Formats: sequence, C-alpha cells, structure tokens
Amino acid sequence: MLRYIFRRVLFLIPVLVGVAFCVFLLLYLTPGDPAKMVLGDLATEQAIQEFREKEGLNDPFWIRFGKYVYKAVVKGDIGRSYSSKTPVMDELLAAFPATIKLSGFAMFIAVIIGIPCGIISAIKQYSIFDTVTMIFAMIGLSMPVFWLGLLLILLFSVHLRWLPSSGFDTFKAMILPSFALSAQAISMVTRMTRSSMLEVIRADYIRTVRAKGQTERVVIWGHALHNALIPVVTIVGLQFGHLLCGAMLTESIFAVPGVGRLMVTSIMARDYPMVQGAVLFVATAFSFVNLLVDILYAYVDPRIKAQYK
Amino acid sequence: MAEYTEQNEYRKQRGPFAEVMHRLSRSPLAMFGLAFIMLLVFCAVFANWLAPYPFAKQNLLHMFELPSSKYLLGTDEFGRDILSRLIYGARVSLQVGFIAVGISLVVGGLLGAFAGFYGGWLDNLIMRVMDVLLAVPQTLLAIAIAAALGPGLYNLMIAVGISAVPNYARIVRGSVLSIRGMEYVEAARAVGSSDLRIILRHIIPNSMAPIIVQSTLGVASAILNAAGLSFIGLGIQPPNPEWGAMLSGGRQYIRDFPHLTLYPGLAIMLTILALNFLGDGLRDALDPKLKR
Amino acid sequence: MSDNHELLLQIKDLTIHYVTESGRVHAVEGLNLELARGETLGFVGETGAGKTTTALGIMRLLPMPPARIESGDIIFEGESLLTKSAAQMRAIRGGKIAMIFQDPMTSLDPVVPVLDQIAEMVELHHKGTKADARKRAGDMLELVGIPRERGSAYPHQFSGGMKQRVVIAIALACDPTLLIADEPTTALDVTIQAQVLELMHQLKEKFRTSMIMITHDLGIVAEMCDKVAIMYAGRVVEYGSTADIYETRLHPYTEGLFNSLPDLDSEQEELKVIHGLMPDPTNLPTGCCFHPRCPYAAEECSKVSPEMTEVSPGHFVACPVRTASFVKN
Repeated sequence: MLRYIFRRVLFLIPVLVGVAFCVFLLLYLTPGDPAKMVLGDLATEQAIQEFREKEGLNDPFWIRFGKYVYKAVVKGDIGRSYSSKTPVMDELLAAFPATIKLSGFAMFIAVIIGIPCGIISAIKQYSIFDTVTMIFAMIGLSMPVFWLGLLLILLFSVHLRWLPSSGFDTFKAMILPSFALSAQAISMVTRMTRSSMLEVIRADYIRTVRAKGQTERVVIWGHALHNALIPVVTIVGLQFGHLLCGAMLTESIFAVPGVGRLMVTSIMARDYPMVQGAVLFVATAFSFVNLLVDILYAYVDPRIKAQYK
Repeated sequence: MAEYTEQNEYRKQRGPFAEVMHRLSRSPLAMFGLAFIMLLVFCAVFANWLAPYPFAKQNLLHMFELPSSKYLLGTDEFGRDILSRLIYGARVSLQVGFIAVGISLVVGGLLGAFAGFYGGWLDNLIMRVMDVLLAVPQTLLAIAIAAALGPGLYNLMIAVGISAVPNYARIVRGSVLSIRGMEYVEAARAVGSSDLRIILRHIIPNSMAPIIVQSTLGVASAILNAAGLSFIGLGIQPPNPEWGAMLSGGRQYIRDFPHLTLYPGLAIMLTILALNFLGDGLRDALDPKLKR
Repeated sequence: MSDNHELLLQIKDLTIHYVTESGRVHAVEGLNLELARGETLGFVGETGAGKTTTALGIMRLLPMPPARIESGDIIFEGESLLTKSAAQMRAIRGGKIAMIFQDPMTSLDPVVPVLDQIAEMVELHHKGTKADARKRAGDMLELVGIPRERGSAYPHQFSGGMKQRVVIAIALACDPTLLIADEPTTALDVTIQAQVLELMHQLKEKFRTSMIMITHDLGIVAEMCDKVAIMYAGRVVEYGSTADIYETRLHPYTEGLFNSLPDLDSEQEELKVIHGLMPDPTNLPTGCCFHPRCPYAAEECSKVSPEMTEVSPGHFVACPVRTASFVKN
C-alpha cells in the first residue's frame, strides 16, 4: 500500500512540472511586455531594459523555465507579484485558508444533503420524493454558480436582511457563499448516490442477505450503502476540482478573500506571476486531493486494496 | 430489417436513427430539452427579424426600465432592450457552445483515436499530456488559456474548446480500446480489411453513442464556462451581448434593478437544463441494454 | 397425497403472476407440491419454467411490485407462510428455511470478509455473543472444507467452487429444517460440480435437512433426490418418486426431456429434441400448455387444462391421453 502511495506521489512530479511548463509557455506567448506593465507606459527605455535584465526576461525560454522550476522547488519562490510587489507564495498562502474553508464547507454540505437524498430516492424510486429530488438536482446542475450567488444575495441579504452578502469572517458570512458553491456538488452527489444505490439494490448479494432473514434497515443502510458509496467516493475528488473553479466565481461575488478572488483580480490587472503561481498552486492542491481520494478508494474497496497490498 | 416473432409475423424494424428518436420521444423531459434547443437555434438564426431592437442600441432616456409593453423584459444600464440582447445572446452562446465542442471533439477525438488504436509509446505520450491538462480543473484551464490569449469571441471558443479536450480524448480512446478487442474487428482483420476501413466501418459507428452524449452535455458545459469567463471579464467584449457578460454588467445594480441579472441568468439556466435533459435522454435512448 | 402432519411443506394451488408493462406473466399456475421431512425433492424444468419463482415465493422474497401471489397457500410445518408478519418471516428465513442461489460469483457481498458473512447468519438466529457466532462461523467453514484462517479473506479471493461452499456454509449455519437449492452447481465446472454435490449430500445426511433441489440436470436428480416434480410453463406436469419417473415416465414433456439426453450405448445420429419453443409466458396456449409441442396431442388437449391424476400410488401425471394409455396397459 505504501509503495502504491509512494509511486503515485512520484508520478505527480512530472505532471506538475508539465503544468508549470504549460502555464509558463502560455504566458511566454502572451502579447504585452511585462516590463511596461510594471513600470507603466511612461517608463523610459533605459528603465525598461534594466528591469528586463534584473528579472532575467532576456534569457532564452528554457533557461527562464529552468530557473523558475529551480527556485520553486528549492526556495519555494514562484515569483513576485507585479501589482503588490510581495512574493506570490506569501499571498497565496495567506489567501488559501479562506478558499479551503469555503470549498470544504461546500463539500461537507454536498455530502450531508446529497447522500441521504440519493439513498432515499433510490429506495423510493418513482415516488414523489424521488421526482422532486431529481428535478432539484437537475436545476442545481444547470444553475450557473454566479447567478445562484446573486439570487441568494437578493433574497437573503437585500430582501430578508438575514445574512451578510460579503466577507468571510463570521459564521453567518460563510453561509451564503458555501451554499451557492455547493449547489452543483449536491446535485452530482445525489444523482451518483441514487444511480449507484439503484444498481446495488438489485444485486444478487443483497438478495442473499435478505434470505438470511436480515432486517431491511441493515440490508439497505449496511450492506447496500457500503457497496453503493464506493463509486461516490471517486466523484468526490472530481467535485473538488469543480468546487475550486466555482470558488473563483463565488469568491468574486461574495468578496471572500481567497485564492479565487486573488486570481480574478490578478487577471484583470495582468499580474502574470500571480496568475501563473495561482494556477500552479491550484493544480497542486487538486492533484493531492485526487491522490487522497484514490487512496481512500483503495482503502474502502477491498477488491482494489488487494491489488496494491 | 425484419424481426421474426413467434406468431410468424414479420414486423418491420425502424432504422437506427428513427429507433433512437422513438426511444427519445418516450421521455417528456428530453423532448422539452430538444424543443427548447430548437427554439434557441431559431432565435439565433432569425435574431435579426425576431429582436425588437438592435442589441447595441442605447437609449439613455430609458435606462433601467422595468418590463413593459414597449420593452418586454425591461432595459439595462444603457437603455438597451434586454429581450433583444437575450435573443442575440442566444446566437453567441450557441456559437460558442457548438464550436468549442467541435474543437474539443476534433482535437480530443483524433488524439484519443490514435492513442487507442496504435497504443504503445504514442498512447503513453498522449495520455501523459492529457494527465497534465487534467491536473488543472477544467474551468481554471479555460480561464488560464483565455487570460493568455486575450479577450474576444474566437479566443473564448478556443480556450473553452481546449480545456475540454482531455474528456473527449479519454472517451474516444476508451471506445476504441474496447472495440479493438471485440471479435468482429479480429474477424475483419482476418478477412484482410485495412486499418482505415476498420476505423471507418467498425470503430467509429460503435463509438458514436458515448460521444454523442458527451457532446450534448459538453455544449452545456461550454456555454456555462463561456458565461463564467465573460462574467469575470475575459471573452466577449462589450457591447456584444453574452448572457454571462450581461449578468456581470447588471450585478452592481442588483439591489434596485434585479431584472438586469434575473433574465440573463434564467436564460443560461434554461439552456443548460434543456441540454442536460436532452443529454440524459440520449444516454438512455442510445443504451441498447436499457428497457423502460 | 400424504398425511398432513408428516408433511414439512405443502404448496396448494399456488398462482404467481408478474404484472409488467409488456403483459401479465403467468410464472406459476396452480402449483401443488409436497415435501415430507427428511426428503429431497427434485424440481426439474427448463429455464423460465417457474422454479425460481416458486422458491422465492416460499421464502417470500419475491419483488412485490411486479410479482403478485394471486391465490393458493404455502404451508410450512402446519402453518401458512403467506399470513406471517414480516418479523416472523425474517425469523424463518435462514433459521428454518434457507436458500442457496444459482450464481456464486454474485451471491456474496464483495466488501465483507466471508467469516463475517457466515457469522451474520448465526447472529440473526442464535442467541449468544459475537464471539460465539464467529466461532460457529469458523466451524462451518471447516465443515465445508475451507480452512478457518481464510475466513478473513474477501469473496473475490476465492474460486467459484469455494465461493459456493461459503454460500452452503451460510445456508446451513443455523441448522435449517428446509434447504432450497436453486441450481447450485449450474455455474460451476463439471469437476467442481461433483465435489459440491458430494458436500451437499454429506451435510444433508449429517444435519437431516429436507431439501428442494432445483435443477435442469437429470443426472443430479438421479443421484440426490427421493421425489421429483417436473415443471413446465408454471405448472407441475408430473410428480412421483425418482424410481417412478425414471422408469415409467409418462408425461410427454418428461419423455422429451429424457429422450434428449445423449446415450453412450446406442447409435444416435441426431439428438432428439422437443420440437417448438417454450411458450411466451404472457400468452400461454389454451388448454394444456404443452399441446403445441406434444406428439400425442388430441382434440381435447387444446381445450381442457389437464388435472393431476394418480396413475399409481404416489405417481401423478397431468395428461389425460397418456394416463388413459397407461391404465389400459
């Protein structure tokens, strides 16, 4: 098992270098001169040249990339923001907790609501509960998160005045953005749980358990659920990726001081080192979450566990 | 094709397209989805005749008007008619949706097909590249590409299209791999069919089902991503009407004039809903094992 | 038939239909069956004849939205099973009547170790601690020829034959009075079949369990069963002791079944098959279900549904034509 984990972590490295490469390449090809952007349009030619020398912007592509990777791995230095002049890494680390809290809370809501709803829908297939739940799930999947956020603000902040529409410091402030973000995830988890459960309930081994004289409760919530949740675990990893993306839009609307909002403002400001660093940061976080999910999956499904013993 | 039944009757079977349509028609939601999309296509094609006003026509005397008989859905912060902008916006959204998916399908599909068909180092190489792309969540990838390329409709299409390439590459590769292993392909080879012939006559027709479903859902995802990108300022530039951009523009007036954000958001939601219903319906209709 | 108080199981005029969108499936029609204590009854018929439906009906494990028990009764140890409450049935399932299903590959929960699966059965029906249950589970494993230490392994780590042994261990763990085995060896290799059957035979002797063996294999019936019931299209068409059926098969369908067995001793150029196909269960033929395929069919066969008549003590046939010709001899 440990060997499996070790190998997976090892494989992450070339992938992340690949991501860094793509991001670097993208920004390399972007029109516009970074020197001009930092120093402004009125900067003198000399100042521009000095800046280019200092930042190593005149070196060939591969040397620049190599230096970037070296500094990133060895010193944890992924550049300096053009706008704020502070190290990118510091800003990202400062913004990260808010994003994690937001995504984490949204995922938590999705699981708490989604799994029971999916189970009950499956048990009572074609009932009113099932139909209504599936309709809500469809709507949740189809609603753009930024629109849902605005609607929630309209209802709960403007009209009802129950909850604040921005900030993230109090628990009350966390509610609206988390719920807005979780809508899509709730829908996916519900649908996945339902379809997985429907399959499992019809399985032969469930019939065997009933033939033992087991109570319906243990049949469904013990045996069936354990088997049905296995594919749902894999969804969780994917959902985290969607949540991170959704967080970008949600943070913008609700003024949550997270990585997403940082990224959006950096894009507007053409602060390329920041954008570059943020993309790399998110990709790393996403890759680690996927790795964790794969490990969890191997742990939860004995058939997979046996393969990696 | 005829089907022998026990009572010795011959019952004419439908052709494959008609069969799929028949199965699809049994789902009212899928039919709604289809109808709505056709409505949107109609709006997109005939926008010039349908829209009461040109989408860029400003009328600063009539800003923020509420829905009335003159302006059916009201006007925005520049006095432009919202309904007209929504109708023209359909054209933009559908364009982005279909072209982006087209790009993903062609690029991703070809990569996946080559990877699956030839295997070996080519497969490895292509799949590693896909892994790198997949390490970045899809919307973020689209944002990064769009940020690099700059604003504009075509850049938006490319960004959204490229970000979805790994999905299609995987699906096509999976289809190709499973069909490659099937015995009828072995049989075709044994009879001497060339690679190209096998691809055209066996592999492509049998991979169609998952590709069609993914494409339908992919258009939905592309439209959603495009709206998101436009919302944060990448992509479509004013005064071009794009639903996400309209939302972004109306955002600051939400307290007093919510209708600026309400209608574009509703348009996006209904479109995605329709495409999802259609995609789900197609998935069921195309699955040979499923009975109602 | 036999005396009531000796009978372990008595099925009277059982009719089970499935109500589906494509029609009403007449799975079991007017079924009559008896089983005495200690007996093994062979339940023979092709796939789709209604054998599994009958078995699930006895266990009351039928999926009740499509399935409906239209009429009839199932009497076990003198009490009607159809009137029992859910809790009472749960006590009976596994405790008094146990069932072995057809496909061992999918009959076991993939995420639970096999010892725990047997222990679950014991816990449900025997009082005692968890440790007691686990000990008994281990005993059962040894009984079916699996080392106790392998109990912590998962089903996918066993071969098909061993999985079926685990299934047998589960079924017999609480010493049931009646064991229903639904084609227990069909999914297994021939060599493993022999082993598993031998095991079942031994355990049956040891525990004195009564058994209903559902199969389409006449060889298994010959080896293991005291009585045989031949089923066709949801009805029992012939019933009697194994000797009776094998020596004096009367019903045309039974005859057809035996004739289609290849014979090592005789020179056969073609296998003899029963002409025609199994009838569509939503659209059964009128009168006797078998008449479209029957070489002895007479006028009345398409009009009147035949009753089971006793042609010799304990031997019943549902065919007036053949009964008549037998009696004449």
